[in-house]
Amino acid sequence: MKYPKDGRFGEFGGKYIPETLVPAIEELEENYLKFKDNKEFKKELDYYLKQYAGRPTPLYYAKNLSEKCGGAKIYLKREDLLHGGAHKINNTLGQALLAKKMHKKRIIAETGAGQHGVATAMACAVLGMKSEVYMGYKDTIRQKLNVSRMNMLGSKVHPVMSGSKTLKDAINEAIRDWITNVETTYYLLGSAVGPHPYPVMVRDFQSVIGNEIKVQMKKISNKTPDIIIACVGGGSNAIGTFYPLMDTNAEIIGVEAAGKGLKSKFHSATLSSGSKGVLHGMMTYLLQDKEGQISETHSISAGLDYPGVGPEHAYLKDTKRVKYHSATDAEVIDAFLTLTRTEGIIPALESAHAIAEAIKVAKISKKSESIVVTLSGRGDKDVEEVQNYLNTHDKN
Amino acid sequence: MTRIKEKFTELDAKKEKALIAYIMVGYPNENVTLAAVKGLIKGGADIIELGFPFSDPLADGPMIQNASTISLEAGTKINKFFNIVKKIRKETDIPLVLMTYTNILYHMGYPKFIAKSKKAGIDGIILPDMSVEESKEYIASAKNKIDTIFLISPNTTKSRIEKISKSSSGFLYLVAVYGTTGVKTGIQSYTLKAIKDVKKITKGKIPIGVGFGVSTPDDVRKYIKVGADAVIVGSAFLKIIKNTTQSKIESRIESFTKSLKSQTKLR
Ligand SMILES: Cc1ncc(COP(=O)(O)O)c(C=O)c1O
Repeated sequence: MKYPKDGRFGEFGGKYIPETLVPAIEELEENYLKFKDNKEFKKELDYYLKQYAGRPTPLYYAKNLSEKCGGAKIYLKREDLLHGGAHKINNTLGQALLAKKMHKKRIIAETGAGQHGVATAMACAVLGMKSEVYMGYKDTIRQKLNVSRMNMLGSKVHPVMSGSKTLKDAINEAIRDWITNVETTYYLLGSAVGPHPYPVMVRDFQSVIGNEIKVQMKKISNKTPDIIIACVGGGSNAIGTFYPLMDTNAEIIGVEAAGKGLKSKFHSATLSSGSKGVLHGMMTYLLQDKEGQISETHSISAGLDYPGVGPEHAYLKDTKRVKYHSATDAEVIDAFLTLTRTEGIIPALESAHAIAEAIKVAKISKKSESIVVTLSGRGDKDVEEVQNYLNTHDKN
Repeated sequence: MTRIKEKFTELDAKKEKALIAYIMVGYPNENVTLAAVKGLIKGGADIIELGFPFSDPLADGPMIQNASTISLEAGTKINKFFNIVKKIRKETDIPLVLMTYTNILYHMGYPKFIAKSKKAGIDGIILPDMSVEESKEYIASAKNKIDTIFLISPNTTKSRIEKISKSSSGFLYLVAVYGTTGVKTGIQSYTLKAIKDVKKITKGKIPIGVGFGVSTPDDVRKYIKVGADAVIVGSAFLKIIKNTTQSKIESRIESFTKSLKSQTKLR
């Protein structure tokens, strides 16, 4: 769906927002439509993406991993090599530039793993704007390296003590701030979620991933990929990967966090086991109880620990264009170690969900096939968490 | 005529404006809710807003967030809520308005939820995260059954105010401040201007209620002086509930309600 004018992907999406935010959302949409195809704007963004963030990122043939699995050739889209260490910078540069054009001086953001917070802090530092980041208290502990990075970068981090103290609550608090400071503040949302136009805008800024894959794959094999895999939290790296390749024949798979298993209550696999509902300004799939109260979620990766998902993914699930699978914490740790030790690449725990799926799929695929996996981020932030997991689970 | 409309007509005849009081049902338990409602009625509240807790109340400040969490932890469920409403309805004819978030209705289905509300004795519904653009099914389900009370804000444009007031019945809820419930206190000049502007646009076709951060008799008097048809006080009542021993809640609420209500009578 190119640009959903009414903000709907099929029945999903929309803008369920407090009235105070309506003028701000209208102003945002107006400006996004004005600048998205503007030559100057695109040139400026392109400059920062190339010279500052390090685009294009390589499409790396993971030979050792492919041989170990014994099937298709696995290619890694190396978003982990971007400035800041994750795909998040694609979106924050785009939105921060837009905010600058809108003459907004104060930027707020939410963050789960801290990668979006760091990417926001970086974009704001380089573009000369002030930023404040809301982060669930639980996440400030398990991703504390990123809290320090944000502090160093001059961003103010607000630990959020309400609810489950994770990404969902950080978004609630950011929205409350936005309602309070609506006249001065730009809300820089970090995933393809929220009220229209955020899901489509974030998708567009992240589509640079899929667009590059298309060109790179053609160069390598004169084909498009046979299988494409990315992890899904809110769904920004996934939709940015999938969208430009949607009209190819590729089998497309999004991977959610199965935590301690889909049968347990401790997971974040919204599309695999959620139901329709309204949260954070959008109608989408949610993890919720029988009465519509939002469930507490679990994932070893803070970036996937969210009970909702972007509305375009909800649509792609229902239309069956994309399959949504999941990986458990244990599978993710295995995949994390496997990639680290076969290729010398330490993936973010979020991205390790996609690796886990790729390993499963590669084992049953043909040698002539190609799998592209988006490696959305690097794992420096997670090494302590993984070490703790290994210590308590008696592995190494 | 609906109970809400009747109430405004009755107050008009007496040259009074409406005091609307909000409490969170089940905070901290059913008995306190029933005692608080008694205090509100004795104190002279004209309309009672009953909050049903939602896990993610993104338009609410710390006071109502906390009350929602405690109410949910104490086991407030939809059926239990409606049973409490029925108990209240048995005792009084006061208009009762339900305030919650869209997902609670969406999840059950708008028609079913509205039918249940109506049956229990609810007269109107307020959903702070429901925008008019998304409200087609909600309004269709509520038509001729329950008042749909929409919110507007000091930054809402004239054309939107016109559109929203067409979708609203009962009253129009003007959010006094940029912010969540119960946080910013004191009177802002932009609020006073907004009240006057909105009155001009709606031309008396629908009453205007002003809420968010209204907490003292002085606030009530000032908002009414510039033309508000109703004031809505919420967090201030929850604060009393929080800080008062259970046996005294009814009388404390009654006296605070009286002090607010006294400012709604035009002299
Ligand atoms: C490295 C990385 N990958 C993925 C995600 C999940 O976000 P999304 O689903 O929007 O790509 C995050 C979020 O924090 C992240 O840091």
